[in-house]
Parts: sequence; C-alpha cells; structure tokens
Amino acid sequence: MELGNNTASSAKANDALEYVRREFAARILAEQATCEGMPTVWVDRQDIKALLRALRDDASPRFEMLFDVTAIDERLRVHREGQPDSAFTVVYHLMSFRGNCDFRIKVPLAENDIELPTVTDLWASASWYEREVWDMFGITFAGHPNLHRLVLPPTWEGHPLRKEHPARATEMEPYSLSDEDQDYEQEALKFKPEDWGMKRESENSEFMFLNLGPNHPSVHGAFRVALQLDGEVLVDAVPDIGYHHRGAEKMGERQTWHTFIPYTDRIDYLGGVMNNLPYVMAVEKMAGIKVPERVKVIRIMLCEMFRICSHLLFYGTFTQDVGQLSPIFYMFVERERIFNIIESICGARMHPGWFRIGGVAQDLPNGWEKLVQELLDFMPPRLDEYDSMVMNNGILKRRTQGIGAYDTEQAFNWGVTGAGLRATGLEWDFRKQRPYSGYDQMEFDVPIAVNGDCYDRCAVRAEEMRQSLRIIKQCLDNMPLGEYKSDHPLTTPPRKENTMQDIETLINHFLSVSWGPVIPENEVTMAVEATKGINSYYLISDGGTNSYRTRIRTPSFAHLQMIPEISRGFMVSDLIAIIASIDFVMADVDR
Amino acid sequence: MTWEVGSPLSIISILAVVIVVAAMLIWVERRLLSFWQERLGPNRVGYFGLLQVVADMIKIFYKEDWIPPFADKFGFVLAPAIIMMVILLSFAVVPFAPGVGVIDSNIGVLFMLAMASLGAYSVMLGGLSSNNKYALLGALRATAQMVSYEVFMGISLLGVVALSGSFNLREIVLAQQDGWYVIPQFVGFVIFLIAGIAESHRLPFDIPEAEQEICAGYHTEYSGMKFGMFFVGEYLGLVLISSLITVLFFGGWLGPAFLPPIIWFSIKVFCFIGFFILLRAAVPRPRYDQLMSYGWLVLLPISLINLLVTAAIILSMQ
Repeated sequence: MELGNNTASSAKANDALEYVRREFAARILAEQATCEGMPTVWVDRQDIKALLRALRDDASPRFEMLFDVTAIDERLRVHREGQPDSAFTVVYHLMSFRGNCDFRIKVPLAENDIELPTVTDLWASASWYEREVWDMFGITFAGHPNLHRLVLPPTWEGHPLRKEHPARATEMEPYSLSDEDQDYEQEALKFKPEDWGMKRESENSEFMFLNLGPNHPSVHGAFRVALQLDGEVLVDAVPDIGYHHRGAEKMGERQTWHTFIPYTDRIDYLGGVMNNLPYVMAVEKMAGIKVPERVKVIRIMLCEMFRICSHLLFYGTFTQDVGQLSPIFYMFVERERIFNIIESICGARMHPGWFRIGGVAQDLPNGWEKLVQELLDFMPPRLDEYDSMVMNNGILKRRTQGIGAYDTEQAFNWGVTGAGLRATGLEWDFRKQRPYSGYDQMEFDVPIAVNGDCYDRCAVRAEEMRQSLRIIKQCLDNMPLGEYKSDHPLTTPPRKENTMQDIETLINHFLSVSWGPVIPENEVTMAVEATKGINSYYLISDGGTNSYRTRIRTPSFAHLQMIPEISRGFMVSDLIAIIASIDFVMADVDR
Repeated sequence: MTWEVGSPLSIISILAVVIVVAAMLIWVERRLLSFWQERLGPNRVGYFGLLQVVADMIKIFYKEDWIPPFADKFGFVLAPAIIMMVILLSFAVVPFAPGVGVIDSNIGVLFMLAMASLGAYSVMLGGLSSNNKYALLGALRATAQMVSYEVFMGISLLGVVALSGSFNLREIVLAQQDGWYVIPQFVGFVIFLIAGIAESHRLPFDIPEAEQEICAGYHTEYSGMKFGMFFVGEYLGLVLISSLITVLFFGGWLGPAFLPPIIWFSIKVFCFIGFFILLRAAVPRPRYDQLMSYGWLVLLPISLINLLVTAAIILSMQ
C-alpha cells in the first residue's frame, strides 16, 4: 500500500466490506470507488440504521466511532457516474480503532423528501453532527431529540451549504435591521431553561442558571456554556457554539483549490501549517501528485513545531485556569522562540499558509539547521522545569485528578480523538497507525495515560512535546536533498524553470496561476493527527478549479459536545479545569 | 509637633504613608511578577514605570462613576467604603516604632480581629448589591472563606497572647526582646500566615474573585474609583497582614541598633510583602470546598492543639 493512503484500504476494511456485502446484499444500492480506497456503499434510508448498528456491533472489525456525518448537495454535480440518483446525499463516516480502518456510507435523498432516521441512539456524538447537517442543508432527522440550529443563530433563514445559498455578502441585499427585527432577534436570544432541556427547580431547591460566556475569561474564545447550578454544583452544563462560525466549508466551494490553503490555517488557528497538511494531501491524492521526500520531511518538521506551539499554549492556559499564574508566561517565551524559527522559514508566524499543492512554498532558508538546533537545545530543560512546576504541583493535582474523567468506550461514543483519547489508555496515534507524509520513517513513542481525567490529558500533551522534539531532531539530522516542489503539472504554483522557454509551459503556468489547477473529478478523505485530535478533509472534485464540497471534520467539535457528560455533579471551578483540559479553539469547532 | 503615639503628626504621616505604600505596591507587584515571569511589566511611565500608579489613578478618577441600574445603590456605594475604612482603622493599633502609632490600645489584638470581621461585610455587600450572578457566587465564597478563616486567625495568635500576657500589640513587641515569637509559636505563625492570605483573598486563595472561574467575583460590576477602592483595599490588606506578622511573630521594630526602629519595621514588612507576591506567582488556586475543608479539618485542630500545648508549657514553667 502506498504511503499517504491514510484512510487505509487495508485487509480489515475489505473484511468489513465483505461482511456488508454478505449481510446487506440486497439492500446495497451501489458501491463507489474513491481514490483513497475507503469502502463506500450506498444504502437506502430505511436501511441506514440497521447497517450502522451492524457495523458498530457485529461486523469484524467493529466500527466503534461515528467519525463524521455530513451531507452533499448533489443538484449541480455533473460527474456522478455509477452513483444512485440523489439531490442530497448524507454521508456517514465510521472509524474502527481496533481494525484500523474506515467505512463510508451514503444515503441518497430526493429533493422533496429529505428526512431520514436519527442515529443519536447509536452514538451520542451524532447529535451535533445531525444538527449541523440540518442547519446547513435543511435535512431533517426523524426522532432527533433536539433538532435546532447549532452554529447559526436561532432566527436564521435558509441553509447555507445548499448550492442556491449565496457565498458572499455582495450577492445578497445590503443588511439592515429594523427596530422590530431587533426586538425579534433579542427576544430569540432570551434564555429559557426549558429550551435547553433544563428544569427550573427540583424538589429541594430552586436552580440558578449561569450564563458562562460567550465572553468569559476561560472559555478560550467565543463559546457559551449554559449552567444549571444547585449552589455551586453543576446539575447540567449545555454548550452553545456557533459564535465563531465563518462558513469555512462554504468558502472552500468558492475559492480555487490553491487559494483555499490560507483559509485552512485559520481553522485550528493554533495549528498553523498543520491545517494545510490534510487539505493539500487530499488535493494531491486526487491530482495524483507524489511529493518529493524533502517536502515530506519539511512538512513534518513544521507540523511538529506547530504541535509544540499549540501544546505550549494549552499547557499554559490549563495551568492558568486552575490559578497558577506564571507558567503561561514562560511558555509564551518558548512559543515566541519557535515562532521566530517558523517566521524565518515561512515568513509568517501563526498562519504561514506555507504548504502548496505538490510541495511547499519555498525551500528551507540558508542556516535553518542552526535555528532548529537551538530549538532542540533550549526546549528539553525547560520542559523538565515545567513538569516540576506544573505536573508535580500538589494543589494542581488535587484540582485536576479525578475531575472530568471518561473511559475509552465513552470516548468512542462521543467521537473523542487525539490526546483526550490517549489519556484513557488507548495507544492510538494517527501518525503511528496510518503513517502519512513519511511519519513511518520517524521514530517516536505514543504517550498514553490511564485515568482519562484532566490531569492525564495534560500529562499526555506534556509528553507529546518531547516526542515532537525527537521527530524534529530526526528531521534535522536526515533532511533529504532534492526539490521542494513536485514536478507534476498540477503542482501549484508550478515550477518556473521552463516557463519562459516554451509556449506550452507558459500557457499551463498562466492558467494554473490565474484560474487555478483543474483537479480531476473524484472524492477523497485525508486525515492527520492534528494538535487537538484527528482533523480530516473530505473533498469532492467535480472536475473544476474549485471544490464541489469541502467537509472539514475537526476534533474540537466532537470534544465540546461531551462537556455535559463529564461535568455533571462537579463544581464551577471543576468545569473550568475540564474546559481547559479539552484543548480546543472555537475556530476549530465552528469553522 | 512631636513623634509620639497619637500625635497629629503621627496620625497624618501614617495615613499618608500607608496609602501611598499600598498604591505603590500595585507597581511593585506588577514589576516583581514580571521579573519572575520573564517579561518587563510596566516600564513606560516615569523612571522604571514608577509613575504608572499615578497614571492609573488619573485614569480611574476620570472614569465614569457608573452604578448598574439593576444594583442596590446604597449597598453598592457603601461596600468599597467599608473595606477601605476597616483596614485603615486596623492600622490604628499597629505599633510601627516607639512613638509612632495612632493609639496604644490594651485590646489591640481584639480590635484588629474585629475589624477583620467587619471586612467580610464589604465583600458580602458588594456581591449581593451588584445583583449579578457572578458577584453573588463571589460573595458567597468570600463570606464563607472569610468567616471561617477568621476563626483560625484568632486562635492561631492566642499562643502569642498567652506568651506575652497582653492584648496590647506594643507590649507584645516589647515582650519579644529576648527572642521573636516565631520560634516558640512557629505553628501559630504558619496558620496565621495562611489565614492572613485567605482573609485578604489573594492568590492562591483569591477564590472570591477567581478571574478564570467567576470573572471578578464580588466586584464584577464595579468600575472607576469604587473598583479602585477595592483594588487599593486589597493592597492595604496586604500591608496590614505583613505588619501584623512582623509585630506578632518577628519582633516588630526590634533589631540591632545600627538602623532606626522604623527602618527595621519596614524591612521586615517588605520581606513579607515580597513573600506574598512570590506566592502569587508560584502557587495554583485550590478549589473552594478544598480550601474550606482544609481550614476546618486541618488548620482548626492544629491551631487548637498549638494553643493547648502552649498553655500547658506556660503553666508547667510557672
């Protein structure tokens, strides 16, 4: 199997496919081949639940996690050879951790009848995913307990990811807000506990409702949690997201393949070029580009630097949220040093947008080895110091151990990936299990913990930084020589050597820079172990210069949904520790 | 005018010095913290940023003196005044040096404890009258915390009272000429120190105003000079606690004769202020219920045992 084939068409996946063929033979509408090789079957909506349940419980391997649910507006799609008729297609992406493979199921829906059964009773994580699909496409899920707007305001009209919905404000009437509309909007924002599934009082006490956010010192962005309190004890905590929604997926359909790259930087805005990676890998997969070894190693090196940056920020804010003031300042000093290195390589600090389809923007600058060596020299002693300052601190342990704990099964049920999953004791790192972009050449360990509480989540990330340093050291020692861009014609921007020599190359160059590259029609999902969990891009090309559908599956989205489950019965202070330990950024949740 | 206890010169100088020192502590704390945290801190206004406090004061005086329409106005205005008043009144019994002080009271220790109790009302009133849920949570936490820690604070210094045989702070200082009470009363000192931090609700015990949890707690709704009074009140409290530790356990103004007594007093006080600031830079915040159970289950028995042992030793020596 070729490297970078990271949604794994392994033998296990074929077993699962065989199982589905056997058990659901008559009910499979079609099988679809996608270029990453993930088994994809079409079934009718009355069979979807049975199929999902069978894959979760009976198949071998079992698919423990509902990784993603999304939809496609197929009405303007030209290339649908071999696929059943469909106006809207709902896509379920399942993931098996024990079998290390994925499964994709599609359900076709006619334009005038867009309802299908909910799967919230199979996976708790389905709730938000289905709400988001309703929000964005208007597809309803029969039996969903709470099918309301999720990321858009409650008064929003329309479903933005439908093709008829405009992507730019300039395509719409100028915005105005009359007094009546203002009153209406404000009335809609009023907090009514019943709407959030909360009671006003119990037998013994009257509850207090506390609105934590959208602006609060420790919700890490514009994020709101509605708290139902009995004294200071949490009866319920319901997260409310969408304050940071910018329509990144819609922009993905509007921008060309190349010009969407900088937008990906802003998805997990602490992850920098880490966000570029799944996107460019997905486009390269469809285009059939193989990138040179040097590109792979440069990408890994930059990604690991950003992983350290992101983890440092997490580490600092986590300690600050439990009241330790100083570590965050030390960690910002480190982060600043790493950003200086990143800046001298990429020219920008937090959002370099530096990866390109088929390579990276420039070659490494002269003297980069010295800068990276300095990083490797100054970091380890500082990390040890943080361990003694933070992880060994008695008060911090008492504040975080046993708080917000969940086990591996719960993590599967809620779609938790990344350090939050490894803290429950499952040694599962995308970089190890499905090495992409040359991670199979790197030696590193996957740190795990056992209790799955706030402390463990922090401990896992603290150790991951050391492993990232190990990887960076290997990149430094073994940086291959060669090109920083692939020779493929769809590499964007193309290499320039022959541009001024012959007319063919000049025309090619001109077109792929002005219109952007034309990517052959296909579908692909590419995922990476991002800073906060598994981040994947599901791209559909209809053979144009831009994407037909860009689905961005982010880890933070799934993680936030779990807050009520792990915070009930704790106190407000614990909730702050739990929120801090999740390590999310709102841009990564709302997109 | 002469330097004697209760003279106008004494009173006016003490008032002025205490307030100026408390205000300057804002700058001292910010600079010290930034020094420990690898950053610069305020260094723009005046030499080393010394005039930062002046700039802040000008700003704070020119801010709109806003009272939220939903607040209870009387309590809202009264609360910051109470905290300033009771802490400044506490300074009345502090013996700064021979001849320097406001009153020489025979019940100095009791007066100081009484004023500390009244301080709880300020925080409670401020939180309740704000009519804000975060302020309410802050006030609840503050009331529970201050009322509890007052108990251990009182008991912890009874050992000192027993040793010196006096409630008069000046006599307590003089009784330490043969040795500071920190040595026989080390346990009492530690408990007093912890209770003192809890009383002045500074990090790590700033639970009533824990920014990361409940925004600014009881003073969430305050702005302008009213906030300024809470703010300076916190630093006044810091000076007060440091002064009391100095007086009760570290021999007050006593020290070798090459420096005048008031300088010895100041040096000791500043050492403790520095310690409190360092503590703030170093230690995370326990949870509210952890702090309470720590107080009642650990500090209370220890302070009682300390008192009993001290009393037993005193009796057996007689």
